[in-house]
Parts: sequence; structure tokens; C-alpha cells
Amino acid sequence: MSFCPAAPASPVVNSAVPSEKPPTVRFRDVGLRYGRSPEILRDISFDLEPGSFHFLTGASGAGKSSLLKLIYLANRPTRGQVQIFGQDAQRMRPKDLPGLRRRIGVVFQEIYLMEHLNVFDNTVLPLRIAGQNPQDYRNDAAELLNWVGLGRRMDAMPETLSGGERQRLAIARAVVGRPSIVLADEPTGNVDHEMGLRILRLLVELNRLGTTILIASHDQDLVARSGMPVMHLDGGRLSHSQSPFQPDLGAEPMGAGDI
Amino acid sequence: MAKAFDHRRWIPAPLLPRQDGRDASLVFVIAVLCFLACLTGIGGLGADRAAQGWGRQLKGSATIIVRSTISQVPDAVADQAVQVLGQVPGVKSAIAQDRSEAEALLAPWLGQDSVLQNLPLPRLVNVQLDVLKPATSESMANALKAAGLDVTVDDHTLWMKDIGRAGDMARGLAIATFALMALSAAAVITFATRAGMSMRHQIVELLHLTGAQDRFIADLFQTRFAIMAFFAGFLGAGAAAGLAAVVRTLGGAEGLTPVLPIAWTDLLITLPCPVVAALVAALAARLTTLGLLRAMP
Ligand SMILES: Nc1ncnc2c1ncn2[C@@H]1O[C@H](COP(=O)(O)OP(=O)(O)OP(=O)(O)O)[C@@H](O)[C@H]1O
Ligand SMILES: [Mg+2]
Repeated sequence: MSFCPAAPASPVVNSAVPSEKPPTVRFRDVGLRYGRSPEILRDISFDLEPGSFHFLTGASGAGKSSLLKLIYLANRPTRGQVQIFGQDAQRMRPKDLPGLRRRIGVVFQEIYLMEHLNVFDNTVLPLRIAGQNPQDYRNDAAELLNWVGLGRRMDAMPETLSGGERQRLAIARAVVGRPSIVLADEPTGNVDHEMGLRILRLLVELNRLGTTILIASHDQDLVARSGMPVMHLDGGRLSHSQSPFQPDLGAEPMGAGDI
Repeated sequence: MAKAFDHRRWIPAPLLPRQDGRDASLVFVIAVLCFLACLTGIGGLGADRAAQGWGRQLKGSATIIVRSTISQVPDAVADQAVQVLGQVPGVKSAIAQDRSEAEALLAPWLGQDSVLQNLPLPRLVNVQLDVLKPATSESMANALKAAGLDVTVDDHTLWMKDIGRAGDMARGLAIATFALMALSAAAVITFATRAGMSMRHQIVELLHLTGAQDRFIADLFQTRFAIMAFFAGFLGAGAAAGLAAVVRTLGGAEGLTPVLPIAWTDLLITLPCPVVAALVAALAARLTTLGLLRAMP
């Protein structure tokens, strides 16, 4: 299989279209508090269907990153039910967690690169962790890096990358293991508007290949231009809405030279 | 200019940073601990050998005082004792001192007077015992008394006990010190692993969240600290062996002092040191890492 987006592997599936498969993510009456503080998240309930694309918005400190952490199993809810791939997060056995985490690609808000590893080593980290044979993935990884526009920087160290390049590297790392879902926390946080659009197009492309996408962002303009459904956090509670505008991501398809 | 990156020739880089500022001081501390542990080991072997040597000398012989009455001829009585002793199992040989030897022993006190001529001097019989199955003092005394001889048997048992106790103590002390060194090394490594983990917390967390098994992460730290400890153990053991070699060369077979004879073969106990250090480090790093990971969600 190739990362080249020219031929979508599956049709776009939106959350509006119900599916027989269990939702990729299901929250029921989820509450979260840190220590003795009041609840950051309250009575959160939603489903992310396989292949769906959502934005998660909210003011700074509204709890976007906290909600994503519940999905990528970096935190447990204080109450309520979190289901990932149809499995109850509270009832998962510790030995099953790594396998589930490998099906979740995360673009961390803080990016978290391995500063002592070059771009290529950083990218293939999830595959090494999964114990795959380098011969089986190095070509795909190189192709992916070309796709995100880092083809010429594969042996560069992270400290020599620009903010946008770091962000694209983080995205490459998040998707290289072909996860079922990609969670991107402010993936356009460090880049200018134009680069933000490029990154968004990249994620839309992945979604066309069947990946479930959830992007936390407070870039209202970007959210609006995507035309994708929005989940909004306010006062710890979640409200849903469709983006009020039609998608406007630029007409040209994504390609190796595009970014 | 460096050549363009060719992903087909790519070799995965180590997942943990190669250089960590702490490593030099950590290597030093572990090397010093290994050095001291090896010296303790060599010293223990030397003390043990000294104790065994004395013990063997004493165990292999006995001294028997044979007294004669006025009516008896002392040399004849001594010869009789030698003959009786020859029958006792566990006796290799028995040699009686003759009159001139007995006189020589007493001369400093009594002079070489004619007084001695008429005195019935007790005779000493030196007995060499079979080292593997030595005759007991009772069996010798009983045999001699049965033959009507008046004797006192001294098989050095009293001395043996003291020397045995001293040897046991030296051995125990060496083992205890050695164990203490190994424990300190383990404690230092545990501390260093914790420091390393907190310094590399982000890496550990990233690996954890990317789906690495705890085992996988523990292996990384374990390997890293094992290699480091092996190297440190090599330095420490090498220094200890070097020092012992100098002592052996300067002091000959007896070492610097007869109390601590060092043999060249003693240096061999430094050989397992790097491996032991590596094992201790690996175990400490593994347990520490797994413990810290267990605290993560
Ligand atoms: N580990 C933590 N311990 C205690 N409080 C925390 C922790 N993480 C987050 N919080 C608090 O929870 C609230 C929500 O934080 P969170 O990072 O989820 O917000 P956010 O919506 O992602 O904000 P931003 O847009 O600035 O990234 C904040 O008030 C924050 O201080
Ligand atoms: Mg955040």
C-alpha cells in the first residue's frame, strides 16, 4: 500500500452516516478532574464513527487536550465510560494497552520529537516500537516524508527544523503506522496560515484513505474553511455543530510537490 | 559535503541518547565500587590462604612427650613409643629425638653439665600425621598408655581452633564487604536510572504512548546501564588486578606480608567483576524502569 493519496482507498465516511462497526470512540457521561479541582470535563457524550472527521474547539484551557488524552489512553476519566474501538477503557488489561495505542496516531500539542534522532528515525519510531522489519517499512516511510515535504530533510536533526517542519514531522510520525484514528492537538499551532491550510489538506487526504480524524484547534478560520463538523467545549460541556461554511481548502489536489 | 540520505542504507539509531552528562561520574563511582570489591575479594582469598596454610602445618603434625622412670632407659622408652605409634592408623611417621637433641634443648637452662648425664630427660617424639585422615590425640594417647608409657600428646588442636576462627572471620568479613559493595553499586545504579528516567521522562512517555511495551522500554534502559556498568566494572577490576599484581611482584609468593599471601591465580577473581556489575546494573535498571512505568496510566 502506498501513502500516495491519488487513489482513495475508501469513500469518505462522515459521522452522519451510521455504520455497523462500533464507533471508533464513544464517550458516555464522561467527567474528568485533576486532583481536587472542579471537573474540567462534565457529562461528555459523543461518538466518533470510523472514517469521520471532526474538529474540537474551545477556549484555551477549555479541556481540549485533556479530552484527547482520554482517547489516547494517557489518562483515565474520573467518571463515565470511554470506549475505544468498542473496548471499555476502564476494563482494558494493562498488557492490551500497547496494542491499542499503536492503532492511535497522536500529534501532540507539544510535538515531542526525539531530539537526538534524525527526521527519518523520528518518523519510523512507531514502527520500530511495533517490532516491524525495517526492510518492510523504510520505503513507505521515505515516501511518506516526501509526501509531507520533508523528503530532502530525512537526515536532519529536529533542532535544525523550522516550526512547520517539526509539525509536519510530528504528523508523519503520527500516521506512519497506519493508525485507525489520528488525534491532532493544535497541528497548526506553530505555523502561518498558509502552512496551516497545507497541514489541514494533508489530514483531509488521510481521512479520504479511511482514517478517523479528530483535530483540536482554536484556529476558527481554519475550522470554518474545512467545512467539517465541530465539537465545541465550553464550561466543561460539549456542544455539536456543523461548520457554517462550505469547504474551501484550495482546489489543487495534494501531491509530493505541493507542500 | 555529506552524501544525500539514502533510506535504503538506513541503520536504526539507538533510541536512547548516547551521551548523558551524568555518565562519566556514574562510571567513576561504579568503577571505584568494583575496584574496592575486587580488592576485598583478593584480600579475602589471601587471608583464607594464610589461615589454611598455618592450619595445614599444624594439622599435619603432633608432638608427644615421653617420660621415663629412673629404672627405664629413656631412649629405649622413646623407641618403644615410636614403634607403638607406627601401629596407630593415621600416623605417617614418628621420629624420636635422641638424648643429644634433648640436651641441646635444655642446655640454655641447665648448661652442659654432667648433671644432665644422670637425669632421666623426657624425650620428644615428632609425629607426622596422614593429612587426609589424621590420628586423633586420643587414639595415640590410648595406644601409648596401653603399652604402659607415660606420655602427653599435643596435637595443636587448641591452636587450630583459633586459626580456624580467624580464617572464618576473614572470610566472612570479605564476603560481607563484597556484598555491601554490590548493594551500593545496585543502589547507585537505581538512583542513576531514576535520574536518567526523569531526565528522559519525555522520551519514556513518548515511547509509552506510542505503544511500547513496558518490557521494550525496560530493555532499553537495562541494556544501556548494563553496558555502562560492564565498562565501569572492567576499569575497576582492572585497576584492582593491577594493584594486586604489583603487590605480588614486589612481595613474592608471600605478598607484602606473610599474613596476606597473594597468588597470581587470585587475580582471576576480578574476571567476573564486569559481568557481575553488568548483571546488577541490568537488574536495578529493569526493576526501576518497570516500577516507574507501572505508575503511568
Ligand atoms: N496534568 C494536569 N494537572 C492539573 N491540571 C491540569 C492538567 N492538565 C491540564 N490541567 C488543567 O485542565 C484545564 C484544561 O487543560 P487542557 O490542556 O485540556 O486545555 P486546552 O483546551 O487544551 O487548552 P489549550 O488550548 O491552551 O491547549 C486547564 O485549566 C489546565 O490547567
Ligand atoms: Mg491543549
